[in-house]
Amino acid sequence: MKCQKCERPATFHITELTGGKPLELHLCEECARNYLTQSSEQPATATTMAAALAHQLAQQMVVGQTAEELAQLDQRACPVCGITFHDFRSQGRLGCPHDYIAFEAQLGPLLLNIHGENEHVGKIPKYHPQGSEKRTQLIRLRREMAAAVTEENYERAKELRDEIQRIESGTDS
Amino acid sequence: MELDELARQRGEWLRGSGPESDIVISSRIRLARNLADFPFISRATEKDRSRIESVLREAIPDTENGAKMLYVNVEQLGAVDRQFLVERHLISREHAESQGARAVAIDPAETLSVMINEEDHLRIQVLFSGLNLNDAWELINRVDDQIESKVTYAFHPRLGYLTACPTNVGTGMRVSVMLHLPALVLTRQIDKVFRSLQKISLAVRGLYGEGSQAMGDFYQISNQVTLGKSEERLIKDVVDIVPKIIEYERTARQFLIKESQENLHDRVSRAYGILRTAQTISSEETMHLLSSVRMGVNLGLIEDLEIPTLNELFLKTQPAHLQKLAGTELDTADRNIERARFLRRHLNKDSGGSATRN
Repeated sequence: MKCQKCERPATFHITELTGGKPLELHLCEECARNYLTQSSEQPATATTMAAALAHQLAQQMVVGQTAEELAQLDQRACPVCGITFHDFRSQGRLGCPHDYIAFEAQLGPLLLNIHGENEHVGKIPKYHPQGSEKRTQLIRLRREMAAAVTEENYERAKELRDEIQRIESGTDS
Repeated sequence: MELDELARQRGEWLRGSGPESDIVISSRIRLARNLADFPFISRATEKDRSRIESVLREAIPDTENGAKMLYVNVEQLGAVDRQFLVERHLISREHAESQGARAVAIDPAETLSVMINEEDHLRIQVLFSGLNLNDAWELINRVDDQIESKVTYAFHPRLGYLTACPTNVGTGMRVSVMLHLPALVLTRQIDKVFRSLQKISLAVRGLYGEGSQAMGDFYQISNQVTLGKSEERLIKDVVDIVPKIIEYERTARQFLIKESQENLHDRVSRAYGILRTAQTISSEETMHLLSSVRMGVNLGLIEDLEIPTLNELFLKTQPAHLQKLAGTELDTADRNIERARFLRRHLNKDSGGSATRN
């Protein structure tokens, strides 16, 4: 199939659900990139194909929710990195590993849409096979410690520092 | 090892040997990994980026060959040098063009490159000549473990390796082969091949040269999904399809020989003639003509040229390579003159046929 906008072969098949009725587009990579970045809210941030696609899928995913539900969802923030769901769906980029847990309900259908599966079956890290959630909490703790120092709440900062050190040295459990 | 030394040598993947290397140029695997205790790049502060860079830099010498790797601070590199690394497939275009603390470590054979602070904190890449994904997986799997022995990767028991973009989550692995398919392009069958690949969720893309020109009938086939299939299975999906495409390409070549040997021979000879005599030539035209000549050599229509020499010309006539070899920055017009001079020097036998004899 040829791209609808130029002579190159169409390698991206996009179904646009944001208008009145579904619109099918068959584009080559370059035209697809142009199309997707043009149609996104913040074109400058959707720099790569992957980001543009994720954005597109995220947009498709939220179709069918009421404006109110969507507005609430958009404001939901990850407690670790602070990124909101709106940030993610407009940029196609997650803010930290914890987002996969914080936005689990929204990401589930998206992952299924992209991969046709939602469970990993491949390699497991040799040295830390049990997952890294605890270590990811360091992002939050470091942020909170910086805030405590700014507020001159040194007692809290010291507690946080000790907790960070326990996790970093692996003696927390 | 210095960056300038790379310009004069030939990367392993251009060797032009290995299984099916007349059609399969190279095999590549890359793994996307992130440190568990830092935000992903889009959310990382400049301080985060510097710390990620230093944590990963310190992990590299402990990998095999790590001590011999060339560590390049991409942030401090000039535009030509960054483009040069893109042309050699050692860094991505995004890595070249982004901002902030970032780096790449390259092994002397240019088989392994480790990008730091690309879209993910870590992008490990292995690139081999010909069809050789199994060896590529063995090497990259080992290096991945060696780096992981020093750092904690972001990993979730159910979702696998966690990546900045959900399109890479799970294995974080992209497997690809680069194929040279001039006869399928010439016989207008390439679209048919693309369509059948998409049905089995493999992605196809043309290789881009300067700007967005499709380059020299080179196509890259890679896995679309990264979650829910093991690494071995993802590799097998690509490995299984390659012989079929090779067969299509060979059939198309035989068809061209059988149906229009004179036309084909004429096309190849004219391409060779232009490349040997042109006084100014664009990158696009060069790729286009080199593609015809490459097919001509593989079909025995041209006998005084070798594939490794041609593979090298594809690379060394690209803009940044020309400028590195010339030792000075050149604008488009001057590059076209320099490119024609370079081609004449390497394709006219009396002055030495091989691009390595420079």
